[in-house]
Amino acid sequence: MRPLEVHRLGLVPYLEGLALQRAAVEDRRANRVGDRLFLVEHPHVLTVGVRRDGGRSHIRASAEALAARGVEVHDTGRGGDITYHGPGQIVGYPIIDLKPDRLDVHRYVRDLEEVLLKVAGDFDVAATRMAGLTGVWVGDEKLAAIGVRISRWITSHGFAINVTADLEYFNLIVPCGIADRGVTSFARLGCVASQGQVEDRIAARFAEVFDRRIVPPVSLTAARDTE
Amino acid sequence: MATDVVMPQMGESIAEGTIVRWIKKVGDAVERDEPLLEISTDKVDAEIPSPAGGIVSEIRAGEGDTVPVNSVIAVIVETSSRPEAASTPQKGGEPETAMTPASAPAPEPAQSQRAGPRVSRGEDSLEATIRGRSSPLVRRIAREHNVDIAQIAGTGLAGRVTRDDILGFISTAAAKPDAAAAPPAASPARSVSGAATGAGLAGQTVPMTVMRKRIAEHMVASRRTSAHVHTVFEVNFSRVAEIRAAKKAEYELAGASLTYLAFITRAVAAALRAVPVVNASVEGDNIVYHRSVNIGVAVALEWGLIVPVIRNADTKTLLGLSQAIADLANRARSKQLKPDEVSGGTFTITNPGALGALFGMPVINQPQVAILGVGNIGKRPVVIGDALSIRPMGHLSLGYDHRIIDGSVADEFMSNVKRTLESWDSSDV
Repeated sequence: MRPLEVHRLGLVPYLEGLALQRAAVEDRRANRVGDRLFLVEHPHVLTVGVRRDGGRSHIRASAEALAARGVEVHDTGRGGDITYHGPGQIVGYPIIDLKPDRLDVHRYVRDLEEVLLKVAGDFDVAATRMAGLTGVWVGDEKLAAIGVRISRWITSHGFAINVTADLEYFNLIVPCGIADRGVTSFARLGCVASQGQVEDRIAARFAEVFDRRIVPPVSLTAARDTE
Repeated sequence: MATDVVMPQMGESIAEGTIVRWIKKVGDAVERDEPLLEISTDKVDAEIPSPAGGIVSEIRAGEGDTVPVNSVIAVIVETSSRPEAASTPQKGGEPETAMTPASAPAPEPAQSQRAGPRVSRGEDSLEATIRGRSSPLVRRIAREHNVDIAQIAGTGLAGRVTRDDILGFISTAAAKPDAAAAPPAASPARSVSGAATGAGLAGQTVPMTVMRKRIAEHMVASRRTSAHVHTVFEVNFSRVAEIRAAKKAEYELAGASLTYLAFITRAVAAALRAVPVVNASVEGDNIVYHRSVNIGVAVALEWGLIVPVIRNADTKTLLGLSQAIADLANRARSKQLKPDEVSGGTFTITNPGALGALFGMPVINQPQVAILGVGNIGKRPVVIGDALSIRPMGHLSLGYDHRIIDGSVADEFMSNVKRTLESWDSSDV
């Protein structure tokens, strides 16, 4: 089984997270490191995916209103529409190599959904998929969102799952461009899991679905120090 | 040398992709493997690397366009002739099904047809390499004597061709003028793309492409499923050759090439009607006798294999079959086959003879129960009556599934094919 390092970085500003991912993808591509899963939390931010139809047009609030609430807006290189990240939400960035046996982007997305579905199950939350709407749903409210970038079969960006996030912030956007469905969180569903507990389950289930074995995380910059 | 860039297939069930952004524009230079464009499909943004180095000469689909997988979206004109060294794990252009290695329809050495463009590339790079390893003096001597340095074994440092080497070569060549004049025919093996033969990869571990994986799985599964037996028949193609020669011009006017394969396909189609168990499948404990005769003809591609299918082959004339075979093979190579053209086959024909094999022992293309391998057809000594003659002969081998086809039945089928070919009714053209 291939090794997987899980890095839990706590609160990371979004742009730092982007830079971290870019470096990680290059390191992975050059085989300086193995597969890694970064679990982070971001300060309030709206992030915009690459598709031309949607994105910023799905922001409901004015730029002033956003600034007043301390919400940043950033473009990303990931697929998907617009979404919100903030405290109380776990954002996962698997930076893994899909070669040689997972060369299927749809499968990758379905596998990410699988991980999150299992995590929800671990907390007795009855989550499901919804055909045609990528993500993890409870009833018709979204619990977790997915948006991925693949560069020569190395993955970046990933998923976000609401634990105790303030769901009011989602009113600033049409989440993922889907206007007629709401969002939810573990807390809203009456589940008292802590961020740490959910991170534990995400790591375990990710390793299981992706057939990797978790190994202790090496320092983020170790690979570079040795050059 | 132009390379088509196709919309890659990023997953098994993905049939199309949307272009999000062209990273390079028309006129830009791009290196092989450098990001060329970004596509998206369902929450995934994927960066697609360029399959070749050169200049982007055409962009055929714009940002925001959604195009089917395998359609050509851009063309890159290579500016340098580089050897096709490494096999890039091909992410795109990998249609379904696999078969035993076969080649272009025409049984005559087809390598001349594909060797063209690739030979020159191989020679260019080889020459460039050798040139870099010999001194200006040696190169001048070579030029003056009209000698190709690449032909000469170098005894100098790192294989350099030294002055002694070339002078020695010239003096022995003077004694054998033929040898000196003949350019080294780039071995036909080089013309079969490096990607398939693993050229230049010694010491490396390379992940299989999606297509290669499918072929591997299919082959092993087929061996596990069918009780493979093979029988080989020798066929005298004199009659077919006669008719071919007589009708060739007429066919060319109709835009078709009358090949041995067309005759064989027609004979096979008739035989499948005469011996229906060879046109069947096994489902559990049942034998499913197919209603139609759909014959797949295996085509070797640079990046793998594909078996386009001629539906209702038994209803087609010889001309119709020739046209269908040529059309499907061309479109297979240019990645323009439609999904329903690579499915629904009930029997498969493969052509190991095109690359010189006497006969093959092909693996059955599941869920079919038999496959015909056409061996090399050429002039061979044969006894006719009590006299030794020279005739165009070829071996046809049938791989069949002994679960439902017994030896005597297989041989009856093959005898039928042989009889049809050897006594071709010249009105059936």
